[in-house]
Amino acid sequence: MDALLLARLQFASTIIYHFLFVPLTLGLSILLVIMETLYVHTGKEVYRNMTKFWGKMFLINFAMGVVTGLVQEFQFGMNWSEYSRFVGDVFGAPLAVEALLAFFMESTFLGIWVFGWDRLPKKIHLAAIYLVALASHLSAFWILSANAFMQQPTGFVIRNGRAEMTNFFALITNGRLWVQFPHVVAGGLVTGAFFVAGISAYRLLKKRDEHNTEFFTRSARIGLTMALIGGIAVSLFGHIQGQYSTVHSPMKMAAAEALWNTEDPAPLSLFKVANTQEHKDLFSIDIPAGLSFMSYNSFDGKVQGLNQLQAEYVKQYGPGNYIPPVFITYWSFRVMVGAGMAMVAIAGLGLFLLNKRRFTQYPKLMMLMVASIAIPFVANTMGWILTEMGRQPWLVFGVLKTDAGVSPNVSAGMILFSLSAFIAVYAALAVVDGWLLVRTAKQDVPTLEAEKAASEEENVLQGAY
Amino acid sequence: MSLQITWFVLIMVLFAGFFLLEGFDFGVGMLLPFLGRNNVERSTILSSVGPFWDANEVWLITAGGAMLAAFPNWYATLFSGFYLVFILLLLSLIVRGAAFEFRGKHNSPRWRRTWDWLAFVGSTLPGFLWGIVVANMLLGVPIDAHMHYVGTPWQLFNPKAIIAGLAFTLMFALHGAVFLSLKTEHKLMERSFKAALLLWLPTVILAAIFIGGLYMASPIVHNFGSDLRVLTPIVGGLALLLIPVMVLLRRSGMAFILTSVTVLLTTLTVAMAIFPNVLISSLNPAWNLNIINASSSPYTLTVMSWIALTCVPFVLAYQAWNYWVFRKRVSVHTLSHH
Repeated sequence: MDALLLARLQFASTIIYHFLFVPLTLGLSILLVIMETLYVHTGKEVYRNMTKFWGKMFLINFAMGVVTGLVQEFQFGMNWSEYSRFVGDVFGAPLAVEALLAFFMESTFLGIWVFGWDRLPKKIHLAAIYLVALASHLSAFWILSANAFMQQPTGFVIRNGRAEMTNFFALITNGRLWVQFPHVVAGGLVTGAFFVAGISAYRLLKKRDEHNTEFFTRSARIGLTMALIGGIAVSLFGHIQGQYSTVHSPMKMAAAEALWNTEDPAPLSLFKVANTQEHKDLFSIDIPAGLSFMSYNSFDGKVQGLNQLQAEYVKQYGPGNYIPPVFITYWSFRVMVGAGMAMVAIAGLGLFLLNKRRFTQYPKLMMLMVASIAIPFVANTMGWILTEMGRQPWLVFGVLKTDAGVSPNVSAGMILFSLSAFIAVYAALAVVDGWLLVRTAKQDVPTLEAEKAASEEENVLQGAY
Repeated sequence: MSLQITWFVLIMVLFAGFFLLEGFDFGVGMLLPFLGRNNVERSTILSSVGPFWDANEVWLITAGGAMLAAFPNWYATLFSGFYLVFILLLLSLIVRGAAFEFRGKHNSPRWRRTWDWLAFVGSTLPGFLWGIVVANMLLGVPIDAHMHYVGTPWQLFNPKAIIAGLAFTLMFALHGAVFLSLKTEHKLMERSFKAALLLWLPTVILAAIFIGGLYMASPIVHNFGSDLRVLTPIVGGLALLLIPVMVLLRRSGMAFILTSVTVLLTTLTVAMAIFPNVLISSLNPAWNLNIINASSSPYTLTVMSWIALTCVPFVLAYQAWNYWVFRKRVSVHTLSHH
């Protein structure tokens, strides 16, 4: 295997792994804000216990996000040195601002929040989790502004043999950023919400948890409400992003729809088997004019196809293949959209039954809620695969191709070593993290009474550092 | 030119902050299995850095981000050239972070013991690896006309660099021991003082060997000539030499100031030694990376300066507040549950 392929594999696998933890951090931070606000506002102990119970899982997940995020900050230089040289002038700025503005705030106030329960006034402690949630979302904003530049570069000129920034505000007013950011935030919310709802459903199913019914019913209500809000929001913003991309990234959308030729009106493909070499459908179920409708809210309108776009790009950028991998983009898009619809349906049904107080009468629905914890993770991953694969063969669209960005002096053997090491360490951590989350999810609900009893015993350190 | 100097200084400040702050939590991680005789003691040791270590590490992340934004060529050449070193560094930091956070989440002696040793390994290696990086930055590495590192991955681990690596490791262990003496009580405090005394002499010897070797091998030391800049390493060295006095007097606050001064002035010395270069080519001085040919455009540097000017005071203020909130010595009774 050559160094380019290995470098791509390493970037893809480390960032996909990292992004399993990030959306859960985003979503849980908002749910913790809600829970602790309820506690400070109502003074009810159940909300304090809730904040502590879900907070513990937040911390386990947060730690994984931090340690896997470290790799991302340095990987651009390590494996993509020519990319860093070429666009560092533009791309480096949001990365530095992310660290300066978001990471410092996030880590400092999380430390204060974790260790400050008994040391700070309630309202200041609450402010700490607000700042953690704010910082997590600021971090998402800045890294997405860097990503939006790669999808749709703006605010730069090619000068001195590289891309140089000419307008910082163009970076943060990039239209792409403003369709991506709400979509990612909603995706995070729905991830955290399904996590809380699913684990609550699991606990409500257990006989031994009967004394915790109130705790987990309230948790489930918060989780399902946010899951429905998040699910609708993520679908809506996703739809807006799709319409935006049809205009601004036509090649990506043509690949995601496997639309070989420009059509007006264009049909929406629900399922197809195709020969991607010859650009031919072998079997396809279509909704006539459906794609035009999805793109323009109207039953007519031209949607550009892969063959025509390829010809146009050859004229513009010179010879080469400008078509992203169609199979991957087509199916990642469909899995993501399907997952989005499933999440709205499941959250809606769960919330309806919970409000009718009939939630616990349907054990199968509750098992489905448990299994549904996985759905947002699948959707998040597929969304990023679609976005990043749909940009190929470009690293920065129209500016720098992927093969031109790789470090020329890092050998395939070196990357093979690092990739294997990452896989080994990440796999071990996945086992530990999964085990720890499951175990924590099954643990007793923390109560003031239990904490007091424990601190009087010798076993005082259980749960501490 | 002044913008480039500003950013060179700022990046060095970020590295100095990283070595100063994360330096002591590296040290605490290294000493963890040795100073803590039972689980309660080891939990106490880790709790001394509990609220801080993650934010301390952000100094490194920010230094990396600032390097990419302000000196893309420095960032690109350093991280691709020193690939193996940084992969090992990342793996150590990953394992260490997991150890710190996961250790207390399950109540089993074997679980904790395992994470304690992983925290030790993950805290020891970064000091060593940063020593390797700094030594090679001072000694110069083969960089060609296209700013590419053209040496082998292994030649970075040369004898001089290994000595620097060991010196850095011991320096951080010493810094950590003094920090622990400041943050713990009774037996743990006594043991921390003892560890600081034990670590001091080998640190001094290794530092002296490295500086001597560097003096003979590289023209860079002669940068200092006879002007006032030479005071930086001298004061740093004096601070290092005075540490055992404060340790014997049981003045942990003073001792911590001395280890901090040593760490800060070491970083400042390195910065002054390489300036205005950022990476020195051992092949041809014309191929050095310096603050001009490695830098971003004036526009980017200006924008970044305004952002840094706005954000940094807040960052410093709330980090200082964090240290103020948790200023007390940690003992079994004050440990937080989470």
